[in-house]
Amino acid sequence: MILESEIWLALVVLLPLAGAILTFMAPRYAPQIGTVSGVIVFGAVVALTLAVVESDATRLTVGGWGAPLGIDLVADGLSTLMLLMTAVVGLAITAYAVGYFGESSAHKRAYFWPLWLFLWASMNALFLSGDVFNLYVTLELLSLAAVALTALVGQPAAVQAAMRYMLVGLAGSLMYLMGVAFLYAEIGVLDIMALASVSEATPPVFVSAALITAGLMMKTALFPLHFWLPPAHANAAAPVSALLSALVVKGSFYILLRLWLTVFAPLGDTFAPYVLSALGIGAIIWGSIQALRQPSIKLLVAYSTVAQLGYLFLLIPLLMDDGADRQAVLSGIVYFMIAHAMAKSAAFLSAGNILHALGNDRITSIIGMSRKMPLTITAFALAGISLVALPPSAGFIAKWLLLNEAIDGGQWLLVVVIIAGGLLAAGYVMRVVGPAFRQVADDQLAVANPVVPASMAWSALGLAILAIVLGFTGVYLLDVLDIGVVILTGGEA
Amino acid sequence: MIDLDTGTFYMLVGTVLFGIGFYGLIAYPHLLRKILAMNIMGIGVFMIFIAAAYGSGEGDPDPVPHALVITGIVVAVCATGLALSLAVQVQALTGSPKLDADKE
Repeated sequence: MILESEIWLALVVLLPLAGAILTFMAPRYAPQIGTVSGVIVFGAVVALTLAVVESDATRLTVGGWGAPLGIDLVADGLSTLMLLMTAVVGLAITAYAVGYFGESSAHKRAYFWPLWLFLWASMNALFLSGDVFNLYVTLELLSLAAVALTALVGQPAAVQAAMRYMLVGLAGSLMYLMGVAFLYAEIGVLDIMALASVSEATPPVFVSAALITAGLMMKTALFPLHFWLPPAHANAAAPVSALLSALVVKGSFYILLRLWLTVFAPLGDTFAPYVLSALGIGAIIWGSIQALRQPSIKLLVAYSTVAQLGYLFLLIPLLMDDGADRQAVLSGIVYFMIAHAMAKSAAFLSAGNILHALGNDRITSIIGMSRKMPLTITAFALAGISLVALPPSAGFIAKWLLLNEAIDGGQWLLVVVIIAGGLLAAGYVMRVVGPAFRQVADDQLAVANPVVPASMAWSALGLAILAIVLGFTGVYLLDVLDIGVVILTGGEA
Repeated sequence: MIDLDTGTFYMLVGTVLFGIGFYGLIAYPHLLRKILAMNIMGIGVFMIFIAAAYGSGEGDPDPVPHALVITGIVVAVCATGLALSLAVQVQALTGSPKLDADKE
């Protein structure tokens, strides 16, 4: 029997939730239940994708209540791609975590699995939410799970980083909710499409847009509100770092993207998009320079995230410009999100392998390690190729799409920034890859026989290979993005 | 006196509370104060929702914002719980109820 496609909308939220509860109730079997849940959730997301590709965007009215009181789940091309990105990275992290949280860390393991599956459920619910209040709830659930996961390692630095993450995250969500309150007071509906159909460039809508955008910028760690990200991402356990950097920050960015395409479209010709773009430039330059200066690999990768997030904001003015090919700009941004998710999770997982095998992740410790840990160093190098955006990697296609639109739009400053950002990325990636491939005698290695569990080595490498291979399959992904995504025109239209 | 209608008045009160909370969150290094400040921010937002439910004061109040506020309170309680337990951990691990970067 083939299930109706709407069923999958509910299942991609319910399945990880069920898995989370089961792993919480049976901590002894958490890795087994977690692995099975991961595979099942991945399968459900693939089924949903196929259903959306076959039968167009779908909407599920939960419990039959309908807007304005009920909760609607909506899957269009953009949501589907985000779900798929989460599922692919999620499955690899699930495999990684089985090796990472071994018998020796039973306590951490007992908490990792339920929290990770809760996080997955909230991500999926976020991408499917059709109204601005439900987005708030999912955003908050996502933050709570992410903060708890950050604190999981229990060291003072990690707990402090988690505390700061919590405070910034809560302030961000409350600003978002304040924006929603103004929006509701002005317009009186919560459904995104209903809001979009009546929203106009009035002062209350502008205030609401400012609050919502500022709140989401905090959560996405856009420069100069990125200060909480490097300590949180660098001090967390390796699979958690990968989740935070590859996926969690994309959740809040997705909301930003979705709302500016619809509800805030009438504000497209104000100065706001240019502010976001300018901060994006700041992020790329500042994040890259900081990445060039970090003594340890995880901090370097975390600052690389600060820099890479800048690219997502760079072309927002063109995304809001009726004169530009907005669908193409959106394709570039979404492709960049996906490429970054693969490359960054691979980079953090291989950094985790290095930390696991060598006992620290100082750049000086990995001199000559390419011979001893070939899978891990290859994974990092491949992820680096995608971050630097060398052909034929996914990162290259993503930047090529962005560059094309920047040139078409005559935004020469952005062209220069995109190219300079690539050179800076090459600089910080080489700081790790260069020493790793240096030829040294065995007695000069930091650790003579580093050991990395197979599941950890291969899941990092798998994601890194995807970060390259995705470069060849871009067309299919972008076809999915064309399904039912609403891009409203601004101004008088 | 400026003649304010009730809805607008409570909307202003909500905005002021939000502002006070935000100031407290940034200005005070003690974690307990920060967590309390965040709750004040939240109450400011809820006040705005309630003012939106009141509207112009004519006819029945809109029930939707009430449902939102109740959901919001549940979320705020959960978040406060997690924040408090983290603050206790910070105190236990570092001996101080402040974050490192916020100490003099």
